Amino acid sequence: MLYRESGQYKTSYIADQAIFPIREDRIGMAIIGLVALAIPFFASDFFLNAIMTPFLILSLAAIGLNILTGYAGQLSLGTGAFMGVGAYSCYKLTSIFPDVNIIILVMISGLFSAGIGVMFGLPSLRIKGLYLAVTTLAAQFFLEWCFIRIPWLYNYNASGAIEVPERRGFGDIILTGPSASAMTQYFVVLAIVVVVTLAVKNIVRGRIGRQWMMIRDMDIAAELMGVRPLTAKLSAFAVSSYLSGVAGAMFIFFYLGAAEPSAFSITLSFQILFMVILGGLGSLVGSFFGAAFIWGLPIVLRAGFPALGLNVGAEVIFHIAQMVVGALIIFFLITEPHGLARLWQIGKEKLRVWPFPYA
Amino acid sequence: MRLHTLTAGAFALALTAGAALPVQAEDSVYIQLPTYRTGPFAGSGIHIANGMSDYLKMLNERDGGINGVKLTIEECETGYDTQKGVECYEQAKAKGTLVFNPWSTGITLQVIPKASVDKIPVLSMAYGLSAASDGETFPWVFNPPMTYWDGASGVIKYIGEQEGGLDKLAGKKIGYIFLDAGYGREPIPLLENLAKEYGFEMVQYPVPGKEMQNQASQWLNVRRDKPDYMVMWGWGAMNPTAVKEATKIRYPMDKFIGVWWAGGEDDARAGGAEAKGYKTLNFNLVGADLPAFEDIRKHVVDAGKSQTAPANVGENLYNRGVLNAMLMSEAIRIAQEKTGKTVITSEDMRIGLENLVIDEARLEAIGLPGFIAPLNVTCANHSGTTKMYISEWDGEKWVKASDWFEPMTDKVAPLLVSAAEEYKASNAPWPARSEPCAN
Repeated sequence: MLYRESGQYKTSYIADQAIFPIREDRIGMAIIGLVALAIPFFASDFFLNAIMTPFLILSLAAIGLNILTGYAGQLSLGTGAFMGVGAYSCYKLTSIFPDVNIIILVMISGLFSAGIGVMFGLPSLRIKGLYLAVTTLAAQFFLEWCFIRIPWLYNYNASGAIEVPERRGFGDIILTGPSASAMTQYFVVLAIVVVVTLAVKNIVRGRIGRQWMMIRDMDIAAELMGVRPLTAKLSAFAVSSYLSGVAGAMFIFFYLGAAEPSAFSITLSFQILFMVILGGLGSLVGSFFGAAFIWGLPIVLRAGFPALGLNVGAEVIFHIAQMVVGALIIFFLITEPHGLARLWQIGKEKLRVWPFPYA
Repeated sequence: MRLHTLTAGAFALALTAGAALPVQAEDSVYIQLPTYRTGPFAGSGIHIANGMSDYLKMLNERDGGINGVKLTIEECETGYDTQKGVECYEQAKAKGTLVFNPWSTGITLQVIPKASVDKIPVLSMAYGLSAASDGETFPWVFNPPMTYWDGASGVIKYIGEQEGGLDKLAGKKIGYIFLDAGYGREPIPLLENLAKEYGFEMVQYPVPGKEMQNQASQWLNVRRDKPDYMVMWGWGAMNPTAVKEATKIRYPMDKFIGVWWAGGEDDARAGGAEAKGYKTLNFNLVGADLPAFEDIRKHVVDAGKSQTAPANVGENLYNRGVLNAMLMSEAIRIAQEKTGKTVITSEDMRIGLENLVIDEARLEAIGLPGFIAPLNVTCANHSGTTKMYISEWDGEKWVKASDWFEPMTDKVAPLLVSAAEEYKASNAPWPARSEPCAN
């Protein structure tokens, strides 16, 4: 009743090929857009700084991994390290070119990550599945080693950490550093994430994305039909690492503010992987669901228990969050491998026939 | 796409719930304690967390807070993870914490630049950035009772004494085994300087964070290199592993000296009977004989208001937590005196910390006589350089193995100044100190 596309006729190919062909979806997106723009004017700094900004950044990282694992079928455990490559290259770039707008540098730093990603993607031409996961694991450990052992990367800082300097842009607005306002950083991150997500959406539903999915579903058949595994797989690695790199650079510059190499450890890789698994392999909206869930759950639990009047220790909440995520991952892997995104899709299909389930 | 709207709505709900929480009662002050009772560093973190919260709870129970102002304390689990640490910081800021104790060098580095903007003092008790003791550059950061560089100089001074004078160090080999993170790297510049000056050789054995529990290769190298002394900068699961490995290669334990953070009872116990003779730096007394500890037992632990096992009260790291809490409560008291208010703000707390003078009489008055060497934080010196001593493991407990002695301040101070300058330069534009020195 509410969500039904009957009566909406497409009279041109452009209308038929739109990202959101159904009017209700467009209305929904417009509302989400308005809410996203309005949030900073109502929300507290804590909500923006500690929830929204990292949620958006991690969503982008999850999209990055989803391209590789969900769309192209190449399992990767190196996301954290690729994020690190983005962060360290952005740090080096802004040290060398302090006057260039930091947003441009963030976008460029993804290219370094893409290059490294392609390099570590080369073995994917010969090995698959778990074996490939092991080589990406090697990338994770090797890159982390580089972050610790190459002092040039962190400008010979005595603590071995990178610290985000203050950078201004767009007529003297403070974009990074401790004095930057939560609202500015949120809008910058939102803009980058929206633009990049739209670009990725179009890649995914076009020729390149279809090649990835063919490779994922059956690589021999894809090859016989004229898809070149070399370009398809490596382009998936490149795009995926680019997104991870941009997310990593934003994670440091707009969220953490300073980082030790341990910020890009295997834990981060797993965190992103869980987001993708829970959210839904091969779905962009699923990446957002997964990120919101994994990032939001501990925060909601921490606010929720005292609100219910339960006095629970901080570490118990931490443990509960971990257990819930672990149980849900097993649950989803068994019953719904396509994750929250699939549930969302089922919900939409139910909604189409509501209130007449047999119509 | 409608779930998008739903999630956004749920967020908006969570937001209103979050906004409704930080309500402060009139006669209380809020302090968030970032702690870690989970993860690879929990072995050390649990005792610290217990010590901090027990002492503050005891003040609430015994005295009804500080000058009638109750302390609202809340723990925030960081797991020693920088991501979670920043989240805790944001929450602490939202709820108006008086002071932030990061309990991790990584998190300290992250919050240092934010402190002056958000007007929240950072109390990193004997950890974090050594250069932060320069109050002129870092008005919002405090690291009493001393810095890592003081500690490193103290170790060398002690080794020199054992050898019969610092001039006898020439040609000696001193091994340095450290956690390969900001924490373990912090003292390296000073040690390198001292090595040059006194002509000893420093051999580094970095232990990567995820290899903490597997140090076989490092200690194999130690066995090959045969350093005359071993110095350790370890934390969490790294310490017991190192002590165990050292006993395994039969390294002479009386020549193995850890920093104060490598001084947990559990750390030394891991080495069994052979760990006897293992030494660490220390700046607080071990044991629960002082009157304040009796009050903690009576009002908190025995009353069932604590997570502490009674046997842990008075252990080294527990006492370290108590010391951290005591520094906070004393700073609050001083801030109340200086400002004339009872319910102070985080800006008043900064004044309290900057005037943190704890002499023997005061220690006596709060039931902790001789607990630490007298402390004197000033506007210029935020570490209030005090004295340390060497603890020795006698197989069952820590015993005092040396007198209180001072670090090599003459060697450390110039380095601290230049490090602060360097920090300023690499983080330009660093704000100049605008806070007056309120004495």
